[in-house]
Amino acid sequence: MSHAHESNTKRIWTVFGILSVITIVEVIFGIIKPDSLHLNSFLGLNLLNWLFIILTGVKAYYIVYAFMHMEGERATLRNSVIWPLIFLVIYLLFILLTEAHYIFGVFKNSTIKWNF
Amino acid sequence: MDTVTTANSGEKIWGGGENQPMGASYGKLMMWFFILSDALTFSGFLAAYGFSRFKFIETWPLADEVFTHFPFMHGVSAPMYYVAFMTFILIFSSVTMVLAVDAGHQLKKDKVVIYLFLTIIGGLIFVGSQAWEWKNFIKGEYGAVETKGGSLLQFVDKEGHRVALADFAATLPEEREQLERNKGKWFMDEAALPTYSVAEVQAGFKAHPEILIRTEVIYEDSSANEKDTKINHELTKHKHKTVLTREESELRLNQASLVVEGANLTRNEYGSKLFADFFFFITGFHGFHVFSGVVINIIIFFNVLIGTYEKRRSYEMVEKVGLYWHFVDLVWVFVFTVFYLI
Repeated sequence: MSHAHESNTKRIWTVFGILSVITIVEVIFGIIKPDSLHLNSFLGLNLLNWLFIILTGVKAYYIVYAFMHMEGERATLRNSVIWPLIFLVIYLLFILLTEAHYIFGVFKNSTIKWNF
Repeated sequence: MDTVTTANSGEKIWGGGENQPMGASYGKLMMWFFILSDALTFSGFLAAYGFSRFKFIETWPLADEVFTHFPFMHGVSAPMYYVAFMTFILIFSSVTMVLAVDAGHQLKKDKVVIYLFLTIIGGLIFVGSQAWEWKNFIKGEYGAVETKGGSLLQFVDKEGHRVALADFAATLPEEREQLERNKGKWFMDEAALPTYSVAEVQAGFKAHPEILIRTEVIYEDSSANEKDTKINHELTKHKHKTVLTREESELRLNQASLVVEGANLTRNEYGSKLFADFFFFITGFHGFHVFSGVVINIIIFFNVLIGTYEKRRSYEMVEKVGLYWHFVDLVWVFVFTVFYLI
């Protein structure tokens, strides 16, 4: 809340530590690309990409909740910002990626070669 | 307007006399909803990138083959390190920003000044790094050839390592002068000519029998693909770009129509044409946000220096600008994942 005037420096540095570690882990996995993760998939997406997406979500959580101080705001503000965003993003991704996958199939199975 | 940011208003009310909705001041709430709409804008761009990528999933460029540069390390393939560095710069400037906000809560002007200054420096380093990244992307490294059908051919040696056009292209006694305005009518000019002509690349390819062509297609292990005699199976690996046999390479190169060096909005040497468009547009739009964030930070920095917020007894303006700055960092976290990791 805006009334909280005590210093949060310790929390800030902790969050910085978490964000740094996550970024380093992401970069290491991005360079090594372990076969066990890269070649196995779940729900049409390989495990490595799942890992990146989840870690990105965790980073986003810490940036919004700690740095942007969403954790100190009222629940109404928190919900009115976060839920519409999450819902619309997932919805948009779902329809666009499904459609793109369909178009990919149309091109691939077409009798006309489009790229040669 | 009688918002809470006005000096000595004391009352927690908005202009119309209402109580504070959602327990936030007018400015802060509006900043949150601006961020919400801007986040949806970026989501739209990234989703459009995902759309195009899924549409061309078999031929999309692999990020760790595109972004391989690191300052002062020429010829060394260093994927990811540079963007990781950029990510750290931005996260760290986010930390200094939140420390400035924290110092503002305690009305410690000197600390706010120092932390805001560090934030501005971080932002400038980031924008500069992005400019360097763009320079490398636009300049390109190896060069490629585009066929009449619009697909892109790259060159590898017999170990499968990329080969630049400059390493094998022949020099033919042909002159092709660039058409410029001063040589024709005022409306007559053309795009910059590539260093080598298609004929020179083809002649050089003939003279170097060890060079093979790598297509855009990402190879998938399957029984049909394994029997494909056009593919060089020693050099082609699962989930990597397909390398062709020498005979097939020669056939494909006969179809060449253009030499592509580096990247622009029409074509690029990395592969799918849309890849460079999205790269320029999304990182450019994000870079523009960083730039405007730096400008706003500078304005607020001078306001802190002349004591505007000291007089108000409230550093809420630093907090609101901080929200925007963190948002820019948040967007970069997603751009980083989508463009460089996945």
